[in-house]
Amino acid sequence: MNKRNLLRATACAALLASGGLAFAQGAPFKVGLILPMTGQQATTGRQVEAAARLWIAQNGDTVAGRKVELIVKDDTSLPDMTRRLAQELIVNDKVDVLAGMGITPSALAVAPLATQSKTPLVVMAAATSSITQASPFIVRSSFTLPQVSVALADWAPKNGIKNVVTLVSDYGPGIDAEKFFKERFQFNGGKVPESLRVPLRNPDFAPFLQKVRDLKPDALFVFVPSGAGAAVMKQFAERGMDKAGIRLIATGDVTDDDQLNDMGDAAVGVVTSHHYSAAHPSAANKKFVEAFQKANNGLRPNFMAMGGYDGMRLIYDAIKKTGGKGKGEALVNAMKGDMFESPRGPVLIDAQTRDITQNVYLRKVEKKDGQLWNVEFDVIKDVKDPGKTK
Amino acid sequence: MSAVRPSEGTAVTGAPLSVSGDRAQAALLRAARWRAWEPLLWLAAFASPLLLSQYSAIVNEIAIVALFAISLDLVLGYTGIVSLGHAAFFGFGAYSAALFAKHVMPDPLVGLAVGIAAAAVLGAVASLTVQRGSDLTRLMVTLGTALILLELANKLDWLTGGADGLQGVVMGPVLGQFEFDLMGRTAAWYSLAVLLLCFLFVRRFVRSPFGATLEAIRDNRLRAMAVGIPVGSRIALVYTVAAALAGAAGALLAQTTGFASLDVFEFHRSADVLLILVVGGTGWLYGGVLGAIVFKLMQDFLSAITPQYWTFWLGLFLVVLVLVGRDRLFKPWTWRRRGRAA
Repeated sequence: MNKRNLLRATACAALLASGGLAFAQGAPFKVGLILPMTGQQATTGRQVEAAARLWIAQNGDTVAGRKVELIVKDDTSLPDMTRRLAQELIVNDKVDVLAGMGITPSALAVAPLATQSKTPLVVMAAATSSITQASPFIVRSSFTLPQVSVALADWAPKNGIKNVVTLVSDYGPGIDAEKFFKERFQFNGGKVPESLRVPLRNPDFAPFLQKVRDLKPDALFVFVPSGAGAAVMKQFAERGMDKAGIRLIATGDVTDDDQLNDMGDAAVGVVTSHHYSAAHPSAANKKFVEAFQKANNGLRPNFMAMGGYDGMRLIYDAIKKTGGKGKGEALVNAMKGDMFESPRGPVLIDAQTRDITQNVYLRKVEKKDGQLWNVEFDVIKDVKDPGKTK
Repeated sequence: MSAVRPSEGTAVTGAPLSVSGDRAQAALLRAARWRAWEPLLWLAAFASPLLLSQYSAIVNEIAIVALFAISLDLVLGYTGIVSLGHAAFFGFGAYSAALFAKHVMPDPLVGLAVGIAAAAVLGAVASLTVQRGSDLTRLMVTLGTALILLELANKLDWLTGGADGLQGVVMGPVLGQFEFDLMGRTAAWYSLAVLLLCFLFVRRFVRSPFGATLEAIRDNRLRAMAVGIPVGSRIALVYTVAAALAGAAGALLAQTTGFASLDVFEFHRSADVLLILVVGGTGWLYGGVLGAIVFKLMQDFLSAITPQYWTFWLGLFLVVLVLVGRDRLFKPWTWRRRGRAA
């Protein structure tokens, strides 16, 4: 071996060793969590972040030899801000995964970036059906509105509700809810004489509710984003609509666990359908709720928290499956078909649509020990997002 | 030098109008002169995407917001017209440019021109309402305009994508050469270049005799009318120009982010840009630019440290700024001295 070869060999060895060493130490696996932490949707951000942190606290911050680092950014629900933050996270922080997305426009604004940079995007809150179609790198851990509203449309006709007026907030998720509820309900032989849409900002429900009262349907189907539910509930009771024989049925956003206790007795008896209730009777959920409340000053977790918790789990599973070396496409592929027992029940990430398949529960608000809970009384198993069947 | 000018003779023989005219011209020229730090500021701005490439995206955002703030300054700072709905033009420019790129052609410069033209037309129409009434009615009218556009963009969802935002906007390269990259450098330079051009235009605009009449209208509308300034048409023109500039800012936002959503019309856009002007100073060309730099950097910095509570610190800063005063806040060494003097 002459001198030059020896030099080359040592250089090679040194390079390999240093490379190996660098790998053994493992660059941190960065998760860029973009959420609305301030503004109208702040509760979403608070719940998702708290749940993501809880998952890390419970499962350790090292997976497959890599330390998981969470970078939280506040996009104040502004899609152009979400986009800039995502861009910075990709370019500067070199995040391995983007996550969060409080509202639909934010998720859609980031979708092209995810495709361009091949960064997986785990949508933990936004619930318009079409989101996962916007990029092959999007995986969703929350839910879709068609998924939860269709269940209610199946339940209602079997329980003496034949004539329903719908009332939704006038934006993507609301229109999804209206469309899928109506279609399925009419398919089941029900009648929808009127579909009302309320402006998303500063809604005044009074004139709409008056109209519903005049129409005298068997029930009123409501979707409003979490937070506006209390106002609907209050005005519904004030107008004596329950006494006029009109029932209130809704998606679970209306009786959001985060705010349910503040809604008062008007909420008791309301039937909703959703994928998660803090009162879900399973050991896993009891543990989750307890730990969440302990870590967050008594705050009750809601369905947003569930999205954050399971979203982190998806990311952890993907790191494990790829042995800590996965990037981009490999991570997304690892998330596809992931199946596990979540506090909300069994969950599967549909490999084709990258959307979540889960149980949808029918619940009724009940009072227990002075607190209001969404108590589940029926379940529809393994509901795929009906928005993707076409 | 002035001896050669024929007007000098008349001035000496006592035509006071001409003297004050000369003095006014000199004052205008003096104000229009470039300060030494100005080219440096612009050089630094253009160098920043190269030197600090990780901040390209925020440089882009600052340039856009600065342009938007300059547009409001033209109306509020120079002409004294309050506007709570400046986002109307911003959003209109954004949607026009985005729709143009989606349906007609993806060239950014043509799209920018379309955005500017669309916003200018809207501004010209809106100026009819702004000429009439007092401050309070103007607040309502401008606010209303933005809200109407917001609702229109929401309702026409076949065109605008409704509340989900306008998807599928693909931009071509700038000048057919420079692709919008993931780093955001092209976007930053593009926005900075447009900002500089608009800035030079506004500078020329307000430091002309025309601009002086705007300030006269701001200071005392009745007196301005009395000396023969056509107040109505001046307001209409400046409002249209400001709308065009806001439209340019909106178009830049839509083009560099590749989409548009309803929030471009929302009230907080108008409110934020007002805050930026308050931070930077109204009636001063660099007010909008510096305000945008300070506001955006603080927002970015604070929200990185504390995503949940950054608005508190920003609010605290604004309260202190308003209570202490801008000049004194940035010259802390004058605090004690003035305190003693008082």
